[in-house]
Amino acid sequence: MIDMALWIALALFCAAIVLNFYRAVVGPSLPDRVLAVDTMYMNSIALIVLFGIWVNNKDYFEAALLIAMLGFVSTIAICKYLLRGDIIE
Amino acid sequence: MLNTIIEGAIAFMLIAGGAFAFIGSLGLTHLKDFYMRLHGPSKTTTLGVGCTLIGSLIYFSREDGPIIQELLITIFAFITAPVSAHMLAKSALHHKLKPDPRTRGNPVELESDKPKHSIEEAPQGDSPLP
Repeated sequence: MIDMALWIALALFCAAIVLNFYRAVVGPSLPDRVLAVDTMYMNSIALIVLFGIWVNNKDYFEAALLIAMLGFVSTIAICKYLLRGDIIE
Repeated sequence: MLNTIIEGAIAFMLIAGGAFAFIGSLGLTHLKDFYMRLHGPSKTTTLGVGCTLIGSLIYFSREDGPIIQELLITIFAFITAPVSAHMLAKSALHHKLKPDPRTRGNPVELESDKPKHSIEEAPQGDSPLP
């Protein structure tokens, strides 16, 4: 049962990443692209966790935690740059 | 019996997480302007990733005791998603992105900087000065 659910979840997350990639390429404005990349790293966290379930190894959550923290900091830095034209004032 | 119920809970969490993340990305692709597109990822994708992480937490807690590391990522994602959505909305208002014409309301940040009357057509009144 878990194998089947794992495959369905992997397929859904991969389709979601393809849709995010479409928005990151097409997106008419700069905040659109930032939002698409933000969503893409959130989905990649879930993909790494699903890979950890697949190989039955619980050490992969550290990679997911690193991606979460660095992605949040980079999103905030890009938004500060869009707001002020400067990151550290 | 109990094992079957736990496996069913894990499978339900994984499929629900995938479905929520897919719906959020579908909203990111299909909606019309940026202020609508911000809704999908900031709410739905966060819920989907949280569901997947809780499914993983139940999966690894089956054999040897409870594990709370995945809960750490879940709490972190639920705290940081509104903050990044707020910053993205502020930068979009700063860039004055056009909302959909059917949007109700008229936020102050989106009004143009040009004054309503130019100097020539400013109302003169009847002042005695020339």
